[in-house]
Amino acid sequence: MLKLLKVFKKKECLIILLVIALIAFGVFLDLKIPDYMSSITRLVQTEGTKIIDVLKEGSKMIVCAFGSLLSMVIVGYMTSYLSATFSKKTRKKLFEKVQCFSMSEIKKFRTSSLITRTTNDITNIQMFISMGLQMMIKAPITAVWAIFKISGKNYQWSYATFAAVVFLLFIIIILMKTVLPKFKIMQKLIDNLNEKTRENLNGIRVVRAFNAEKYQEKKFENANDELTKTQEFTQKMMSIMSPSMYLTMNMLTLSIYVIGAFLLNNATMYDRLNIFSNMVVFSSYAIQVIMSFLMLAVIFVMYPRASVSSKRVNEVIDTDLSIIDGNVINDTKLKGEIEFKNVSFKYPDADEYVLKNISFKVNKGETLAVIGSTGSGKSTIVNLIMRFYDVTEGVILIDGIDIKEYKLEELHKKLGYVPQKAVIFDESVSYNISYGKEKVSEKDVKDAAKIAQASEFVEKMEKKYKSNVSAGGTNISGGQKQRIAIARAIAKKPEIFVFDDSFSALDYKTDYVLRKELKEKINDATNIIVAQRIGTIINADTIIVLDNGKMVGIGKHKELLKKCKVYQEIAYSQVSKEEL
Amino acid sequence: MKEEERKSTPPRRHGPGAPGEKPKDLSGTLKKLAVSLKGYLPIIIIALVLAAAGSVLAIIGPNKLSDLTDEITKGLVVNQKNIKLITSDIATNLNEEKLKEISMKIVVMNPLDTNDVVINNSTVSYNDRVEYTKLMQSINYKDQKSMITLFNKMPLSVKKVLLPDSMIEKIKLTTNDKIKFLNVMGNVDKNVNASTIYKKIDKLPNGIKTLVKPKMNMDKIKQIVIFMISLYLLSALFNIVQGVLLAILSNRYAKKLRSKISIKINKLSLKYFDTHTTGDILSRVTNDVDMIGMNLSQSMGTLVGATTLFIGSIIMMFVTNWIMALTAIASSLFGFAFMSVVLKRSQKYFLQRQVELGKLNGHIEEIYSNHNVVKAYNGTYDASKKFDVLNQNVYECNRKSQFLSGLMPSMMNFIGNFGYVSVCVVGAMLVIDNKISFGVIVAFMVYVRLFTSPLSQLGQTMTAVQSIAAAAERVFEFTEEVEMEDESKLTGKLNPKKVKGNIEFRHVKFGYNDDKVIIKDFNCLIKPGQKVAIVGPTGAGKTTMVNLLMKFYNIKDGDILIDRVSTKNLKRENIHDLFIMVLQDTWLFDGTIKENVKYNKAKVSDKEIEKALQTVGIDHFVKSLPGNINYNVKNDDSISQGQKQLLTIARGMIKDAPFLILDEATSSVDTRTEELVQKAMDKLTKGRTSFIIAHRLSTIKNADLILVMNEGNIIEQGNHKELMKQNGFYADLYNSQFKN
Repeated sequence: MLKLLKVFKKKECLIILLVIALIAFGVFLDLKIPDYMSSITRLVQTEGTKIIDVLKEGSKMIVCAFGSLLSMVIVGYMTSYLSATFSKKTRKKLFEKVQCFSMSEIKKFRTSSLITRTTNDITNIQMFISMGLQMMIKAPITAVWAIFKISGKNYQWSYATFAAVVFLLFIIIILMKTVLPKFKIMQKLIDNLNEKTRENLNGIRVVRAFNAEKYQEKKFENANDELTKTQEFTQKMMSIMSPSMYLTMNMLTLSIYVIGAFLLNNATMYDRLNIFSNMVVFSSYAIQVIMSFLMLAVIFVMYPRASVSSKRVNEVIDTDLSIIDGNVINDTKLKGEIEFKNVSFKYPDADEYVLKNISFKVNKGETLAVIGSTGSGKSTIVNLIMRFYDVTEGVILIDGIDIKEYKLEELHKKLGYVPQKAVIFDESVSYNISYGKEKVSEKDVKDAAKIAQASEFVEKMEKKYKSNVSAGGTNISGGQKQRIAIARAIAKKPEIFVFDDSFSALDYKTDYVLRKELKEKINDATNIIVAQRIGTIINADTIIVLDNGKMVGIGKHKELLKKCKVYQEIAYSQVSKEEL
Repeated sequence: MKEEERKSTPPRRHGPGAPGEKPKDLSGTLKKLAVSLKGYLPIIIIALVLAAAGSVLAIIGPNKLSDLTDEITKGLVVNQKNIKLITSDIATNLNEEKLKEISMKIVVMNPLDTNDVVINNSTVSYNDRVEYTKLMQSINYKDQKSMITLFNKMPLSVKKVLLPDSMIEKIKLTTNDKIKFLNVMGNVDKNVNASTIYKKIDKLPNGIKTLVKPKMNMDKIKQIVIFMISLYLLSALFNIVQGVLLAILSNRYAKKLRSKISIKINKLSLKYFDTHTTGDILSRVTNDVDMIGMNLSQSMGTLVGATTLFIGSIIMMFVTNWIMALTAIASSLFGFAFMSVVLKRSQKYFLQRQVELGKLNGHIEEIYSNHNVVKAYNGTYDASKKFDVLNQNVYECNRKSQFLSGLMPSMMNFIGNFGYVSVCVVGAMLVIDNKISFGVIVAFMVYVRLFTSPLSQLGQTMTAVQSIAAAAERVFEFTEEVEMEDESKLTGKLNPKKVKGNIEFRHVKFGYNDDKVIIKDFNCLIKPGQKVAIVGPTGAGKTTMVNLLMKFYNIKDGDILIDRVSTKNLKRENIHDLFIMVLQDTWLFDGTIKENVKYNKAKVSDKEIEKALQTVGIDHFVKSLPGNINYNVKNDDSISQGQKQLLTIARGMIKDAPFLILDEATSSVDTRTEELVQKAMDKLTKGRTSFIIAHRLSTIKNADLILVMNEGNIIEQGNHKELMKQNGFYADLYNSQFKN
């Protein structure tokens, strides 16, 4: 956790010092209060005391109390500033780090986990800092100071206090030993319960179709049982904590009084008065000591959760980026040329190659199609071009320069990417189409939509291009989302279009018209098309046939149909010989 | 990956202690909550009684402590009675009258009288008499001091006559004791402070000291202490038992609620899930139920305990002394007024914080889930800019809410101290006026704390109750949702083993919403063993047909008959038993391949599973995985979308049923594999009726019957050849794949 606190700069460190000073001051005042209490007690007790004397001491005490309140208010203001600043800065750091992540890092953590880490986990740590910071400073100061104040007063009382502290520590340690491990697994059990519910919800139609309701409910009950047992156990244990703390405190006060009574009984008259006022003071200081140990206990309870969270946050922040940004930004002479030289790829930690020895070259304005069976590595080629992953062996050149040398931003400027699954942001249509570009005129947006076959349905929407679309929403269908995603790529006017199976969601007709428009309107751009339908790629300048990560054929449709067995199989599985 | 992960996004959790949304109907929800807790009544009553009892004990405690203090203070007060006794004993002997009386006997009036005189067993020698006579000449009866000086100069024998040994309270006081006493105490001013007197008392001879010294009643102290120990132990026991009981209660109740939701999920019509997101329902199961479970045990105990403590301490205060009671209440009320203002404001910020956090969460989710596009379009600047704005908003709310809520404990502390001083000042006035004893002040010092702590607890509990109500409302809203029609009265039943395979759609009319009809008038007769394909553009109603066939939704008008039996007369469960359904969504759960393929079917041998895997052509792949069919599918990098789809098809194959539905089941599988799967399927479904929905027209070319749908109606039907001949919608669709 300390590592995370490095987001604090000089200003925050100064504030922490100030907080420590203020807390020390507050504790100093707090610990003065028992003195006034005892002198008030003595005054009230002795005959002939004047009200003015009580008032005098009383107002001194209130001034102390108010001073302590004031310093604690300032401390509260500062710690809330510190904890909020911490979460703001750490969250920002995390967010920026994730932005730099490549696909493999995202996959490693899983998106949902990254989201939880950015919000929930940071909130956990923030809570700990906002409450823990004060206590962590206050508890030891109070304990040491209070012990210092009562030390040497009377050893019998000190022994009693010591015994109480030992007893408290004993209880705390026992509780921690039994409860902490449970706390640690609790988060996992909640995840598990979530997972089981999600499973049922996401597969609701399958569950019903298989009459598997009881089966799912049983699974849920198991998870529910486990969670409940653990939670019940921890809650039961924790409910022992506070009564035993109070018991200890009460017993300590009582024993101080009893010891006091015996001491008084055996003391000379002169000592008695001293003993009595010491007793009153001592018992209130002893309670302060106990209280500070209680505060420590609270910190111990809060710590594991925050510690788990900070580990999770650090994991993300400390991840080494697998994609290192290049620095080439100058405009290249060539525009839209792409070349694979003996490219091989395997996922980190995997043994098997996903792509092996792929080489090809596409010139400006040409169309390259990639076809192959499920799991043959088609999308991987796209991911490598986009530099979502880095090649394991070989090199990819765009416009004659190794893509690793480009500044990522520059590389991406050249590429118009449309993924398999359409991505839609919860914003207006026009935002979605002009996404990521600095200056896009309204006309550009409309033109792009027209080519992408999106203008028709967009015009029908209530607010047209200003209409809001949402990823989970029902106002547009999957095919329509895909068309907006394609329009986004078109509006970017890239050198190279990269379509990762982007046309499968469209029906044949739209697919055809769209490709035709694309060819007519934007004829100078290079196209990389990953597809499953023969019809989509039939006219490509070059077709690459992939099988199990290997390139088993390259050429035009007709050539491949003659000599490439895999291509033949794919083609004939879709259309008959006669039709071709 | 994106879609799946989007859904898996856990909904944001409420920060601990943060209030949820404000409930719409607080009292109504609380009533419902109370009703649903009825089953736990015995536990609740015991726990609440214990909580109240614990509070009562907590009130008795300070009372006893003040008794103890009173007893101990007795150890500080000098035994005035005995001092008076000694003083009067001395005074009776050492006054003018007595002196004169003795003088008659001792004073040497006649120089010839040289006899010793014996008075009170003391022999006064002649020399002593002479000395005494000398001294008496300078006597001044009015001046006490000079009297004592005079007395000190007297010979011992005379002293003995004047202050003979005597018994007071069974203790013998010798002449010497009395002389010392006289010397120590004789010249004490009234205005000298206590410690000087106490110092003097220490110099007194033992006999007198024992008489004068303050005495504590050790027996009584012992009694009180024993009583208090049992009191403390008992109240600790009560609190522990109460805490444990409430922990059990709240956890069992939370468990029950979760189970209820889980069961409810499967009783709702699919329609519900069209309008509610997965995240929302998930949030009810975890966040909302958690909120109830966590807060219920605490707030119930505190509510009763604090109320008892609050009322009890007010009563005790007024019983003890009403002026002091008013002082205590007045001095704390001022603080609480301030506190309630703070509470209200902080709650506003807490609420706002949750809202802002939600917005931020939404943005983060969008950016993380769409990471590839964000990067590819250099959208990171835009994302960062938006993030900064939202992050700043969260920061502001965080800071404010935390600052305000952090004021509480310090404020409480101050109110406690303020009350303490007020009580002491007013108490001191009353003590000086002799209206109350010191013990009353001590008691009030504690009452002030007793009185202020439940008030703040109640304040906090109120927020907790509000968030419980907000959460409970969401849970109840879900569990009270209208369920699917009860079908227990339906009599029809079809045996999956004996079904022939006829299906008839008769004037079927349907819409997901009442105002929007999707299927207008659907008619179709499907013969046993036919392979039926449904094609058409998106939104044509293909999937809807499947939904109706499976009775996921009830049709508005018309009828669907299976083997001439109306599905209206068949239980959903029965219909589901008749169908194998494989969907486009590759739904695999966290478990091994075996578990996923076998699913809920009871007795499936490994061989059968392997055979199914072989049939869909994924057996080689599975064998290459560590653990083969025991490989856990959630470690997903190694299983592609297409392979997942094949696994779900294998799952369908394991289930043996007369009808088969493939809803875009092979869209992510390449065409070659699809062909293999289809061949296997054909074998499997030989003589069985099957429905295939597909975009890829090659998939359905060999179907017996192709239904071409558009806008909810069948516009063309026939087999591939016939439809191509018609040269209509289907032919157009089919041919467009070759156009370039």
